Amino acid sequence: MSLWVIQRDLLLAMRRRSDVLTTLFFFIIVVSLFPLGVGPEINMLRTMAPGVVWVAALLASMLSLGRMFSSDYLDGTLEQMLLSPQSLSMLVLGKALAHWLVTGVPLVLMSPVLGIQYDLSADALLVLTASLLLGTPVLSLIGAIGAALTLGLRGGGVLVSLLVLPLYIPVLIFGAGAVEASAAGLGASAHLSLLGAFLLASLVLAPWATAVSLRISME
Amino acid sequence: MAINWFKYSSPASFYFLAGKMIPLFTIAAIILFAVGLYIGFFVAPTDFQQGEAYRIIFIHVPAAWMSMFLYVIMAIWAGIGLAFNTRLSSMMATAIAPTGAMFTFLALWTGALWGKPMWGTWWVWDARLTSELILLFLYIGFMSLQAAIDDPRRADKAGAVIALVGVVNIPIIYFSVKWWNTLHQGATVSVTQSPKMATTMLTGMLIMSIACWMYAIAVILIRTRTIILERERHTAWVGELRGVAQ
Repeated sequence: MSLWVIQRDLLLAMRRRSDVLTTLFFFIIVVSLFPLGVGPEINMLRTMAPGVVWVAALLASMLSLGRMFSSDYLDGTLEQMLLSPQSLSMLVLGKALAHWLVTGVPLVLMSPVLGIQYDLSADALLVLTASLLLGTPVLSLIGAIGAALTLGLRGGGVLVSLLVLPLYIPVLIFGAGAVEASAAGLGASAHLSLLGAFLLASLVLAPWATAVSLRISME
Repeated sequence: MAINWFKYSSPASFYFLAGKMIPLFTIAAIILFAVGLYIGFFVAPTDFQQGEAYRIIFIHVPAAWMSMFLYVIMAIWAGIGLAFNTRLSSMMATAIAPTGAMFTFLALWTGALWGKPMWGTWWVWDARLTSELILLFLYIGFMSLQAAIDDPRRADKAGAVIALVGVVNIPIIYFSVKWWNTLHQGATVSVTQSPKMATTMLTGMLIMSIACWMYAIAVILIRTRTIILERERHTAWVGELRGVAQ
Protein backbone atom coordinates (compact mmCIF):
# COMPACT_ATOMS: atom_id res chain seq x y z
CA MET A 1 0.00 0.00 0.00
CA SER A 2 2.82 2.36 0.91
CA LEU A 3 4.53 1.27 -2.29
CA TRP A 4 1.59 2.44 -4.34
CA VAL A 5 1.71 5.88 -2.71
CA ILE A 6 5.48 6.10 -3.22
CA GLN A 7 5.11 5.16 -6.87
CA ARG A 8 2.38 7.71 -7.41
CA ASP A 9 4.23 10.54 -5.65
CA LEU A 10 7.43 9.79 -7.54
CA LEU A 11 5.53 9.85 -10.82
CA LEU A 12 4.02 13.21 -9.89
CA ALA A 13 7.46 14.52 -8.96
CA MET A 14 8.90 13.34 -12.29
CA ARG A 15 6.18 15.22 -14.13
CA ARG A 16 7.19 18.40 -12.30
CA ARG A 17 10.96 18.13 -12.14
CA SER A 18 11.50 21.80 -11.41
CA ASP A 19 10.23 21.35 -7.84
CA VAL A 20 12.89 18.74 -7.11
CA LEU A 21 15.63 20.83 -8.68
CA THR A 22 14.59 23.95 -6.76
CA THR A 23 15.13 22.21 -3.42
CA LEU A 24 18.46 20.81 -4.54
CA PHE A 25 19.72 24.16 -5.79
CA PHE A 26 18.55 25.86 -2.61
CA PHE A 27 20.75 23.40 -0.71
CA ILE A 28 23.73 24.06 -2.98
CA ILE A 29 23.34 27.84 -2.80
CA VAL A 30 23.06 27.92 1.01
CA VAL A 31 26.18 25.78 1.39
CA SER A 32 28.06 27.97 -1.08
CA LEU A 33 27.06 31.18 0.68
CA PHE A 34 28.91 30.34 3.89
CA PRO A 35 32.48 30.73 2.57
CA LEU A 36 31.42 34.09 1.11
CA GLY A 37 30.13 35.13 4.52
CA VAL A 38 32.93 33.94 6.77
CA GLY A 39 35.93 34.13 4.45
CA PRO A 40 37.87 31.52 2.45
CA GLU A 41 40.19 30.40 5.27
CA ILE A 42 40.42 26.67 4.52
CA ASN A 43 41.10 25.36 8.03
CA MET A 44 38.08 27.14 9.43
CA LEU A 45 35.93 25.95 6.54
CA ARG A 46 37.01 22.37 7.13
CA THR A 47 35.82 22.46 10.75
CA MET A 48 32.61 24.23 9.79
CA ALA A 49 31.70 21.98 6.87
CA PRO A 50 29.61 19.28 8.62
CA GLY A 51 27.53 21.85 10.49
CA VAL A 52 26.97 23.98 7.41
CA VAL A 53 25.96 21.04 5.21
CA TRP A 54 23.63 19.71 7.90
CA VAL A 55 21.94 23.05 8.59
CA ALA A 56 21.45 23.55 4.86
CA ALA A 57 19.95 20.04 4.59
CA LEU A 58 17.59 20.81 7.49
CA LEU A 59 16.39 24.01 5.81
CA ALA A 60 16.03 22.43 2.38
CA SER A 61 14.04 19.52 3.76
CA MET A 62 11.85 21.85 5.80
CA LEU A 63 11.12 24.23 2.91
CA SER A 64 9.76 21.41 0.78
CA LEU A 65 7.47 20.10 3.55
CA GLY A 66 4.59 22.27 2.40
CA ARG A 67 4.33 20.22 -0.79
CA MET A 68 3.92 16.91 1.02
CA PHE A 69 0.16 17.14 1.54
CA SER A 70 -1.03 20.46 0.12
CA SER A 71 -1.71 19.46 -3.51
CA ASP A 72 -3.51 16.28 -2.41
CA TYR A 73 -5.47 18.37 0.07
CA LEU A 74 -6.52 20.84 -2.60
CA ASP A 75 -7.68 18.30 -5.20
CA GLY A 76 -9.45 16.05 -2.69
CA THR A 77 -7.11 13.04 -2.94
CA LEU A 78 -6.26 13.33 0.72
CA GLU A 79 -9.91 13.05 1.66
CA GLN A 80 -10.18 9.84 -0.35
CA MET A 81 -7.10 8.51 1.45
CA LEU A 82 -8.70 9.20 4.81
CA LEU A 83 -11.85 7.37 3.71
CA SER A 84 -10.03 4.38 2.24
CA PRO A 85 -10.08 1.11 4.18
CA GLN A 86 -6.29 0.99 4.19
CA SER A 87 -4.38 2.10 7.27
CA LEU A 88 -3.79 5.83 7.07
CA SER A 89 -0.46 5.43 8.87
CA MET A 90 0.84 3.25 6.06
CA LEU A 91 -0.30 5.74 3.42
CA VAL A 92 1.38 8.53 5.36
CA LEU A 93 4.56 6.48 5.66
CA GLY A 94 4.53 6.13 1.90
CA LYS A 95 4.14 9.86 1.44
CA ALA A 96 6.97 10.63 3.85
CA LEU A 97 9.28 8.15 2.14
CA ALA A 98 8.39 9.60 -1.25
CA HIS A 99 9.23 13.06 0.13
CA TRP A 100 12.59 11.70 1.23
CA LEU A 101 13.28 10.08 -2.14
CA VAL A 102 12.46 13.33 -3.93
CA THR A 103 14.19 15.85 -1.62
CA GLY A 104 16.48 13.89 0.70
CA VAL A 105 18.27 11.52 -1.68
CA PRO A 106 19.42 14.26 -4.10
CA LEU A 107 20.93 16.12 -1.11
CA VAL A 108 22.74 12.97 0.03
CA LEU A 109 24.12 12.41 -3.47
CA MET A 110 25.20 16.04 -3.77
CA SER A 111 26.84 16.33 -0.36
CA PRO A 112 30.23 14.72 -1.26
CA VAL A 113 30.70 17.29 -4.01
CA LEU A 114 29.92 20.12 -1.61
CA GLY A 115 32.21 18.54 0.98
CA ILE A 116 35.08 18.73 -1.51
CA GLN A 117 34.44 22.48 -1.77
CA TYR A 118 35.20 22.59 1.94
CA ASP A 119 38.30 20.43 1.55
CA LEU A 120 37.05 17.49 3.60
CA SER A 121 39.12 14.30 3.62
CA ALA A 122 37.81 11.15 1.94
CA ASP A 123 36.96 9.56 5.31
CA ALA A 124 35.05 12.62 6.44
CA LEU A 125 33.15 12.70 3.15
CA LEU A 126 32.12 9.11 3.62
CA VAL A 127 30.91 9.73 7.18
CA LEU A 128 29.08 12.90 6.12
CA THR A 129 27.26 11.06 3.36
CA ALA A 130 26.41 8.15 5.66
CA SER A 131 25.08 10.47 8.37
CA LEU A 132 22.93 12.32 5.84
CA LEU A 133 21.67 9.02 4.45
CA LEU A 134 20.51 7.97 7.92
CA GLY A 135 19.37 11.40 9.07
CA THR A 136 17.40 12.88 6.16
CA PRO A 137 14.59 10.26 6.32
CA VAL A 138 14.11 11.25 9.98
CA LEU A 139 13.70 14.85 8.85
CA SER A 140 10.99 13.85 6.35
CA LEU A 141 9.17 11.69 8.92
CA ILE A 142 9.17 14.31 11.71
CA GLY A 143 8.41 17.04 9.21
CA ALA A 144 5.31 15.14 8.08
CA ILE A 145 3.75 15.76 11.52
CA GLY A 146 4.31 19.51 11.17
CA ALA A 147 3.06 19.51 7.59
CA ALA A 148 -0.12 17.65 8.61
CA LEU A 149 -0.84 19.99 11.51
CA THR A 150 -0.43 23.17 9.48
CA LEU A 151 -2.44 21.89 6.52
CA GLY A 152 -4.55 24.64 5.00
CA LEU A 153 -3.57 27.29 7.54
CA ARG A 154 -2.63 30.80 6.59
CA GLY A 155 1.10 31.36 6.95
CA GLY A 156 1.58 27.59 7.22
CA GLY A 157 5.06 27.73 5.71
CA VAL A 158 6.57 29.89 8.43
CA LEU A 159 4.60 28.12 11.14
CA VAL A 160 5.88 24.70 10.12
CA SER A 161 9.45 25.90 10.64
CA LEU A 162 8.63 27.00 14.19
CA LEU A 163 7.11 23.62 14.96
CA VAL A 164 9.60 21.37 13.26
CA LEU A 165 13.03 22.97 13.64
CA PRO A 166 13.28 22.48 17.45
CA LEU A 167 12.44 18.80 16.92
CA TYR A 168 15.22 18.50 14.30
CA ILE A 169 17.90 19.49 16.81
CA PRO A 170 18.95 15.97 17.96
CA VAL A 171 19.37 14.88 14.32
CA LEU A 172 21.49 17.94 13.62
CA ILE A 173 23.67 17.36 16.67
CA PHE A 174 24.44 13.74 15.92
CA GLY A 175 24.59 14.17 12.17
CA ALA A 176 27.19 16.92 12.30
CA GLY A 177 28.76 15.32 15.37
CA ALA A 178 29.47 12.10 13.49
CA VAL A 179 31.83 13.88 11.11
CA GLU A 180 33.55 15.79 13.90
CA ALA A 181 33.98 12.64 15.99
CA SER A 182 35.57 10.77 13.11
CA ALA A 183 37.83 13.76 12.42
CA ALA A 184 38.85 13.74 16.10
CA GLY A 185 39.73 10.04 15.82
CA LEU A 186 36.90 8.86 18.05
CA GLY A 187 35.11 6.96 15.31
CA ALA A 188 31.66 7.80 14.03
CA SER A 189 29.92 4.55 14.85
CA ALA A 190 28.31 5.78 18.11
CA HIS A 191 26.78 8.80 16.38
CA LEU A 192 25.66 6.80 13.40
CA SER A 193 24.07 4.18 15.67
CA LEU A 194 22.09 6.89 17.43
CA LEU A 195 20.97 8.31 14.09
CA GLY A 196 19.85 4.81 13.15
CA ALA A 197 17.93 4.60 16.41
CA PHE A 198 16.20 7.91 15.65
CA LEU A 199 15.32 6.56 12.21
CA LEU A 200 13.76 3.39 13.62
CA ALA A 201 11.85 5.23 16.35
CA SER A 202 10.49 7.84 13.95
CA LEU A 203 9.58 5.15 11.38
CA VAL A 204 7.28 3.64 13.99
CA LEU A 205 5.95 6.72 15.78
CA ALA A 206 5.89 9.55 13.25
CA PRO A 207 3.44 8.06 10.69
CA TRP A 208 1.02 7.34 13.50
CA ALA A 209 1.24 10.90 14.88
CA THR A 210 0.93 12.25 11.34
CA ALA A 211 -2.21 10.19 10.72
CA VAL A 212 -3.77 11.57 13.93
CA SER A 213 -2.80 15.11 12.87
CA LEU A 214 -4.27 14.65 9.40
CA ARG A 215 -7.59 13.51 10.87
CA ILE A 216 -7.61 16.58 13.12
CA SER A 217 -6.82 18.91 10.23
CA MET A 218 -9.42 17.38 7.90
CA GLU A 219 -12.33 17.34 10.34
CA MET B 1 -21.47 8.89 49.57
CA ALA B 2 -20.33 9.14 46.00
CA ILE B 3 -18.73 12.40 45.07
CA ASN B 4 -19.28 13.43 41.51
CA TRP B 5 -15.71 14.29 40.46
CA PHE B 6 -16.81 15.11 36.97
CA LYS B 7 -19.06 17.93 38.06
CA TYR B 8 -16.25 20.42 37.66
CA SER B 9 -15.20 19.18 34.26
CA SER B 10 -18.05 21.23 32.90
CA PRO B 11 -16.83 24.73 32.03
CA ALA B 12 -19.93 26.31 33.58
CA SER B 13 -19.42 24.87 37.06
CA PHE B 14 -15.64 25.17 36.88
CA TYR B 15 -16.01 28.86 36.11
CA PHE B 16 -17.53 29.50 39.54
CA LEU B 17 -15.17 27.10 41.35
CA ALA B 18 -12.20 28.92 39.78
CA GLY B 19 -13.71 32.25 40.79
CA LYS B 20 -13.69 31.10 44.42
CA MET B 21 -10.15 29.66 44.24
CA ILE B 22 -8.42 32.61 42.59
CA PRO B 23 -8.43 34.90 45.68
CA LEU B 24 -7.03 32.09 47.85
CA PHE B 25 -4.12 31.40 45.54
CA THR B 26 -3.48 35.09 44.98
CA ILE B 27 -3.28 35.79 48.72
CA ALA B 28 -1.06 32.74 49.25
CA ALA B 29 1.22 33.90 46.44
CA ILE B 30 1.52 37.44 47.86
CA ILE B 31 2.31 36.23 51.39
CA LEU B 32 4.82 33.63 50.20
CA PHE B 33 6.51 36.07 47.86
CA ALA B 34 6.85 38.55 50.71
CA VAL B 35 8.31 35.93 53.07
CA GLY B 36 10.54 34.44 50.39
CA LEU B 37 11.90 37.80 49.28
CA TYR B 38 12.49 38.84 52.90
CA ILE B 39 14.52 35.70 53.54
CA GLY B 40 16.27 36.13 50.22
CA PHE B 41 17.29 39.72 50.75
CA PHE B 42 17.75 40.07 54.52
CA VAL B 43 18.05 36.70 56.27
CA ALA B 44 20.15 34.63 53.88
CA PRO B 45 23.88 35.21 54.38
CA THR B 46 26.15 36.63 51.73
CA ASP B 47 27.81 33.86 49.74
CA PHE B 48 31.57 33.79 50.36
CA GLN B 49 32.32 32.96 46.75
CA GLN B 50 29.68 34.77 44.77
CA GLY B 51 28.98 37.76 47.00
CA GLU B 52 25.58 39.41 46.76
CA ALA B 53 25.01 38.48 43.14
CA TYR B 54 23.99 34.95 44.04
CA ARG B 55 20.70 36.29 45.42
CA ILE B 56 19.21 36.11 41.95
CA ILE B 57 19.00 32.35 42.62
CA PHE B 58 15.80 33.01 44.57
CA ILE B 59 13.95 33.79 41.38
CA HIS B 60 16.15 32.03 38.83
CA VAL B 61 15.86 28.45 40.15
CA PRO B 62 12.09 28.57 40.83
CA ALA B 63 11.52 30.00 37.34
CA ALA B 64 13.59 27.24 35.76
CA TRP B 65 11.71 24.57 37.69
CA MET B 66 8.35 26.05 36.82
CA SER B 67 9.21 26.27 33.13
CA MET B 68 9.79 22.51 32.98
CA PHE B 69 6.92 21.45 35.27
CA LEU B 70 4.45 23.60 33.39
CA TYR B 71 5.36 22.11 30.03
CA VAL B 72 4.72 18.60 31.33
CA ILE B 73 1.46 19.64 33.00
CA MET B 74 0.39 21.44 29.83
CA ALA B 75 1.07 18.30 27.79
CA ILE B 76 -0.85 16.15 30.30
CA TRP B 77 -3.92 18.41 30.12
CA ALA B 78 -3.66 18.60 26.35
CA GLY B 79 -3.37 14.81 26.16
CA ILE B 80 -6.42 14.33 28.39
CA GLY B 81 -8.30 16.78 26.20
CA LEU B 82 -7.29 14.87 23.08
CA ALA B 83 -8.07 11.43 24.51
CA PHE B 84 -11.36 12.12 26.30
CA ASN B 85 -12.52 15.08 24.24
CA THR B 86 -13.03 17.22 27.34
CA ARG B 87 -13.17 20.87 26.47
CA LEU B 88 -11.99 22.15 29.82
CA SER B 89 -8.73 20.17 29.77
CA SER B 90 -7.76 21.72 26.45
CA MET B 91 -8.66 25.18 27.76
CA MET B 92 -6.34 24.55 30.72
CA ALA B 93 -3.51 23.58 28.37
CA THR B 94 -4.04 26.75 26.35
CA ALA B 95 -4.06 28.80 29.55
CA ILE B 96 -0.84 27.25 30.87
CA ALA B 97 1.29 27.95 27.77
CA PRO B 98 1.84 31.73 28.17
CA THR B 99 2.74 31.37 31.87
CA GLY B 100 5.16 28.56 31.05
CA ALA B 101 6.78 30.60 28.31
CA MET B 102 7.05 33.56 30.68
CA PHE B 103 8.87 31.45 33.29
CA THR B 104 11.19 30.03 30.62
CA PHE B 105 12.05 33.52 29.46
CA LEU B 106 12.51 34.64 33.06
CA ALA B 107 14.88 31.74 33.73
CA LEU B 108 16.96 32.60 30.68
CA TRP B 109 16.93 36.32 31.47
CA THR B 110 17.92 35.97 35.13
CA GLY B 111 20.46 33.33 34.10
CA ALA B 112 22.10 35.85 31.80
CA LEU B 113 22.11 38.48 34.55
CA TRP B 114 23.67 35.95 36.90
CA GLY B 115 26.19 34.71 34.37
CA LYS B 116 27.65 38.14 33.68
CA PRO B 117 29.13 38.77 37.15
CA MET B 118 29.87 35.07 37.84
CA TRP B 119 31.39 33.83 34.60
CA GLY B 120 32.00 37.17 32.91
CA THR B 121 29.68 36.33 30.04
CA TRP B 122 25.98 36.68 29.35
CA TRP B 123 25.63 33.35 27.63
CA VAL B 124 27.49 30.05 27.42
CA TRP B 125 26.44 27.13 25.25
CA ASP B 126 25.99 24.99 28.32
CA ALA B 127 23.67 21.98 28.10
CA ARG B 128 21.14 23.43 30.53
CA LEU B 129 21.03 26.87 28.96
CA THR B 130 20.69 25.43 25.48
CA SER B 131 17.90 23.05 26.40
CA GLU B 132 16.06 25.83 28.25
CA LEU B 133 16.27 27.90 25.07
CA ILE B 134 14.87 25.01 23.05
CA LEU B 135 12.06 24.68 25.61
CA LEU B 136 11.18 28.31 24.92
CA PHE B 137 11.02 27.47 21.18
CA LEU B 138 8.66 24.57 21.95
CA TYR B 139 6.35 26.85 23.95
CA ILE B 140 6.36 29.41 21.15
CA GLY B 141 5.61 26.72 18.57
CA PHE B 142 2.62 25.51 20.61
CA MET B 143 1.23 29.01 21.07
CA SER B 144 1.70 30.10 17.47
CA LEU B 145 0.09 26.91 16.15
CA GLN B 146 -2.96 27.51 18.33
CA ALA B 147 -3.06 31.16 17.35
CA ALA B 148 -3.00 30.31 13.64
CA ILE B 149 -6.06 28.05 13.77
CA ASP B 150 -9.42 29.79 13.85
CA ASP B 151 -11.57 26.82 14.86
CA PRO B 152 -10.98 26.39 18.64
CA ARG B 153 -11.62 22.63 18.64
CA ARG B 154 -9.09 22.03 15.89
CA ALA B 155 -6.66 24.37 17.64
CA ASP B 156 -7.01 22.36 20.87
CA LYS B 157 -6.34 19.04 19.20
CA ALA B 158 -3.51 20.23 16.96
CA GLY B 159 -1.87 21.88 19.97
CA ALA B 160 -2.24 18.64 21.92
CA VAL B 161 -0.41 16.67 19.22
CA ILE B 162 2.49 19.11 19.10
CA ALA B 163 2.67 19.30 22.92
CA LEU B 164 2.81 15.51 23.20
CA VAL B 165 5.41 15.21 20.44
CA GLY B 166 7.39 17.85 22.33
CA VAL B 167 7.18 15.92 25.60
CA VAL B 168 8.48 12.77 23.91
CA ASN B 169 11.32 14.81 22.45
CA ILE B 170 12.36 16.74 25.55
CA PRO B 171 14.51 13.95 27.06
CA ILE B 172 16.04 13.21 23.65
CA ILE B 173 16.82 16.89 23.12
CA TYR B 174 18.22 17.24 26.64
CA PHE B 175 20.57 14.29 26.34
CA SER B 176 21.69 15.13 22.84
CA VAL B 177 22.49 18.68 23.89
CA LYS B 178 24.35 17.33 26.91
CA TRP B 179 26.48 14.94 24.86
CA TRP B 180 27.05 17.58 22.22
CA ASN B 181 28.29 19.86 24.97
CA THR B 182 30.73 17.31 26.41
CA LEU B 183 32.02 16.55 22.95
CA HIS B 184 32.80 20.19 22.28
CA GLN B 185 34.07 20.91 25.77
CA GLY B 186 33.30 24.52 25.08
CA ALA B 187 32.09 25.86 28.41
CA THR B 188 34.76 25.73 31.07
CA VAL B 189 32.38 26.84 33.78
CA SER B 190 29.56 24.51 34.60
CA VAL B 191 26.21 25.44 36.04
CA THR B 192 25.93 22.03 37.63
CA GLN B 193 28.63 22.41 40.27
CA SER B 194 26.84 24.28 42.95
CA PRO B 195 28.50 24.96 46.28
CA LYS B 196 26.87 23.50 49.35
CA MET B 197 23.92 25.62 50.21
CA ALA B 198 23.17 27.15 53.59
CA THR B 199 19.84 26.03 55.06
CA THR B 200 18.39 29.53 55.02
CA MET B 201 19.20 29.85 51.33
CA LEU B 202 17.47 26.57 50.62
CA THR B 203 14.43 27.57 52.70
CA GLY B 204 14.18 30.87 50.87
CA MET B 205 14.43 29.15 47.53
CA LEU B 206 11.76 26.58 48.38
CA ILE B 207 9.39 29.26 49.67
CA MET B 208 9.93 31.22 46.48
CA SER B 209 9.19 28.08 44.45
CA ILE B 210 5.90 27.53 46.25
CA ALA B 211 5.11 31.21 45.75
CA CYS B 212 5.73 30.78 42.03
CA TRP B 213 3.40 27.77 42.02
CA MET B 214 0.65 29.78 43.72
CA TYR B 215 1.16 32.66 41.32
CA ALA B 216 1.08 30.30 38.32
CA ILE B 217 -2.11 28.59 39.51
CA ALA B 218 -3.85 31.92 40.13
CA VAL B 219 -2.88 33.34 36.75
CA ILE B 220 -3.77 30.13 34.91
CA LEU B 221 -7.19 30.03 36.56
CA ILE B 222 -7.85 33.64 35.63
CA ARG B 223 -6.84 32.92 32.05
CA THR B 224 -8.97 29.75 31.96
CA ARG B 225 -11.98 31.77 33.14
CA THR B 226 -11.41 34.24 30.34
CA ILE B 227 -11.14 31.47 27.77
CA ILE B 228 -14.33 29.85 29.10
CA LEU B 229 -16.23 33.13 28.79
CA GLU B 230 -14.86 33.71 25.30
CA ARG B 231 -15.82 30.27 24.01
CA GLU B 232 -19.13 29.91 25.85
CA ARG B 233 -20.40 33.39 25.12
CA HIS B 234 -23.41 32.07 23.22
CA THR B 235 -24.62 29.81 26.03
CA ALA B 236 -27.49 30.57 28.36
CA TRP B 237 -25.49 30.67 31.58
CA VAL B 238 -23.05 33.28 30.26
CA GLY B 239 -26.06 35.29 29.13
CA GLU B 240 -27.48 35.12 32.67
CA LEU B 241 -24.10 36.14 34.05
CA ARG B 242 -24.13 39.18 31.84
CA GLY B 243 -27.66 39.98 33.01
CA VAL B 244 -26.49 39.82 36.62
CA ALA B 245 -23.51 42.02 35.97
CA GLN B 246 -25.51 44.76 34.31
